[in-house]
Amino acid sequence: MKHNLYRYILGIADNSLILGQRLGELCGHGPNLETDIACTNMSLDLLGQVRSYYQYAAKIKGEGASEDSIAFLRKEREYYNVLLVEQPNTDFGYTMARQFLFDVYHLLFLTELQKSSDLTLSAIATKSIKEVSYHQRFSSDWIKRLGDGTEESNTRIQTAINDLWTYTDELFYLTDADKAMVEEGIGVDVATLKDAYYKTVSEVLEEARIEIPESKYFQKGGKQGIHTEHMGYLLADMQYMQRAYPNMEW
Amino acid sequence: MSTKNWPLWEVFVRSKNGLEHRHFGSLHAADAEMALENARDVYTRRNEGVSIWVVESKYITASNPEHNGEMFEPAQDKVYRHPTFYDLPDEVKHM
Repeated sequence: MKHNLYRYILGIADNSLILGQRLGELCGHGPNLETDIACTNMSLDLLGQVRSYYQYAAKIKGEGASEDSIAFLRKEREYYNVLLVEQPNTDFGYTMARQFLFDVYHLLFLTELQKSSDLTLSAIATKSIKEVSYHQRFSSDWIKRLGDGTEESNTRIQTAINDLWTYTDELFYLTDADKAMVEEGIGVDVATLKDAYYKTVSEVLEEARIEIPESKYFQKGGKQGIHTEHMGYLLADMQYMQRAYPNMEW
Repeated sequence: MSTKNWPLWEVFVRSKNGLEHRHFGSLHAADAEMALENARDVYTRRNEGVSIWVVESKYITASNPEHNGEMFEPAQDKVYRHPTFYDLPDEVKHM
């Protein structure tokens, strides 16, 4: 098995799976009908992308693996998503801040992944990029609305940005599998996206009258399977059906 | 759920190029830009459209149903206003 490629694909797909799960939690619980549907739509976009990645990963893994077994039957330490995406929907500000901080990265990442020498990955990137462009437009708009809205909305979105800022640096960290894939021309050297990322993020935050956090203390670990305390609860929720009724299908 | 409601907007969607925009429904949004994005998510997520118009509902002037008598009934017995009194040659198949 191509171990590094397998790990690399999970590293990409797990971000979308876990963020998709978080957004899906809002289905029927959004602040109003319209935003509820918008968040669920983004969730479904992400889960659609995830299916393509996991189907590919299942082929590489063999041993009877399927997209479902990869999505639902791993243990916490075998998920390689960044810490940012597993953070909870504390309020709508957190949901949009998390979305925005991930979307800007996601779009930059997919733009580069299109150039991958792995044709399956570049095809998935090309297919996903329009969806993710819209996600970034949507979340950026909300950042501006909340930041430049009322005193309360500004305070709340500022708090969310401050709290989530500590998880942004991990996006640009390369694991051993990442480095190996970069060398083979398959992977994206995410460290090179960092400047463009903080430039775009800062522009939107400034327009939104949100102060850019100055903290230089960053957390990481998700890419190595070491997660925050929120992850276990999320997985318990997400994996319940497959654990309780193994191999069940809709 | 917020207690202060955003204004209501009417949504018109053109389902294909060449067709006209049709009224699809209404939704709430704080301004026109948000109304467009909400309309995109609420009404075109199943590939229903290629173009969206939104207009705040308060800008639509509607006829009063109480006046339907004087507004519409006079037209009911004027069948001669329909172009149905021409004999079409058989060769004209689609008219």
